[in-house]
Amino acid sequence: MARDMSDKEILKMELDQLKVEVNTPRIAVKTTAPEIIAFVEGLSAEDPLVKGVPEDKNPFKEKGGCIIT
Amino acid sequence: MCDQTFLAITFGPCDNCSQNKPLMNIYLKNEPINYCSLCVELMACQGLAKGETTNTLKAESESLKAKLEEERAKLHDVELHQVAEKIDALGQFVMKTRRTLKGHGNKVLCMDWCRDKRRIVSSSQDGKVIVWDAYTTNKEHAVTMPCTWVMACAYAPSGCAVACGGLDNKCSVYPLSLDKNENLAAKKKSVAMHTNYLSSCSFTNSDMQILTSSGDGTCALWDVESGQLLQSFHGHSADVLSLDLAPSETGNTFVSGGCDKKANVWDMRSGQNVQSFETHESDINNVKYYPSGDAFATGSDDATCRLYDLRADREVAIYSKDSIIFGASSVDFSLSGRLLFAGYNDYTINVWDVLKGTRVAILFGHENRVSTVRVSPDGTAFCSGSWDNTLRVSAYLRSSGESELRNILYNTV
Repeated sequence: MARDMSDKEILKMELDQLKVEVNTPRIAVKTTAPEIIAFVEGLSAEDPLVKGVPEDKNPFKEKGGCIIT
Repeated sequence: MCDQTFLAITFGPCDNCSQNKPLMNIYLKNEPINYCSLCVELMACQGLAKGETTNTLKAESESLKAKLEEERAKLHDVELHQVAEKIDALGQFVMKTRRTLKGHGNKVLCMDWCRDKRRIVSSSQDGKVIVWDAYTTNKEHAVTMPCTWVMACAYAPSGCAVACGGLDNKCSVYPLSLDKNENLAAKKKSVAMHTNYLSSCSFTNSDMQILTSSGDGTCALWDVESGQLLQSFHGHSADVLSLDLAPSETGNTFVSGGCDKKANVWDMRSGQNVQSFETHESDINNVKYYPSGDAFATGSDDATCRLYDLRADREVAIYSKDSIIFGASSVDFSLSGRLLFAGYNDYTINVWDVLKGTRVAILFGHENRVSTVRVSPDGTAFCSGSWDNTLRVSAYLRSSGESELRNILYNTV
C-alpha cells in the first residue's frame, strides 16, 4: 500500500514504471485525432443530447395534465 | 514548575546485532522493532543497489521523465482542435432540469445509472443508499450503511444488485429484491477489504467481479461470490480517487486517477500499469473513458479537464477557462463523445465541445458543489448529484414556440 511504503520504495516503483513506459509504442496525433473525429461524427447524429429528442419521445418529459379514473 | 523535557531512551540488547546499546524504538509495518541506531541505518540501505541513495534515484527518475516527454513530443505534430476546425460548431444549447430527486438527508456523493436507463442508485454522507426510478421520481429501495461518507456506489449490469462503500474501507454488495418489505441489509455481502476508505467501485461486464479503488493507493479486482482478491494494482503514490473500465465488451483495461496527479492505465489480467500520464497540477478527482475506448478524460482540482489519447500516449486537449477557478469533481461524455459534462465545486456544470475545446453551455441549479455527473446509458439525459442533498436529471430542451405553448396548456389543465 502506498501509505506503508518508504520514499525510497515509492521512487523505485516510479523508476521501474518509467523504464517500461519509455519503450511504449506510440502513434502520431495527426493520425489519431482524425480517427477520434470520425468516430464522433459518425455517432453524433444519433446522440440525443446533441441533436435533441422530440418532446413526445422524451421519457423525461414533463408529467402534466389530469388523469380521471 | 517543570519545563524541562526528557527523552526516555531504552537501553538494552539490539534485536539485530545483540549488542547492549541505546535503542531506537521504531515501528515497521505496525510491528515495534528495537534496533540500535547503527542497525537502523544499515536496514534503511537494504533494498538499494550499491551506491543508490534517494538522490540518485530521484535524479534517474527525472532524467527518464525528460526522455519520456521528448519521445511523446516527437509525435505531437498537430492539436486536436486544429484538426477539428472544419467541423460544424454545435448549435445553441438549452438543457433543462426535468426531475429533481429529493430525499437524501445529507450531501449526495455518488450515483450510477442502471442499464435499464431509468433506475438510479445514489449514496450520501449520512450513510444512506437509495435506488430511484428517474421517470417517476419514486424511491424503490433504501439501505442504511453502517458507516458515513458512502463515497462509492455502482449498479450491477443485471440491475439486480448494487455495490457501495466508503469510510468503512469495504465494498458491500446488496442484492435488490422485489419484495418491498424485505430488509436489504440482511442480505449484504462484504466483498472488498482495503486499509483505507473506498473511493470508487465498478462492476466489470458481469455481476461476478468488482473493481475498487481506495485511499490506500491501490486498486483491486474482487470476486463477488467468494470475496476473494483476484488482482491488485500498485503504482499510485497517494490516494486513488476514481476509476473507469474500458467500454468494449472484450476490454480488459481500466484507468485510475488519484491525489498523486497521475492517471494510470492498467491491464486487468496482469496487474501491470501500461501507461501513465502526469500533466495535471493537482488531484485528479474523476476519470472517464471515451466511448471509443481510445482516450479518456479527467477532471481535477486544478480547475481543468483534460483529454488523453491512449494511442498517441499524450494529453491532446485541455478544457479550461480563466474564469473557472474551482475544481472539477466529476466528468462524463455524451453518447457520441462530442460533449463532455463536467461538474464543478462552484455549483455549476460546464458542457464542453470535446473536439473544439470550447465551452458550449453552463448549467446552474444546484445550491452546493456538484459531486457527481453521469450520462444515462442511452444518452437521453444526464443526472447530477450535489452537496445540496438533491439529484437532478436534465435533458435537452427543444423549444420551438409551438411545443412550448402546448406544454403550458397541458400543465394548467
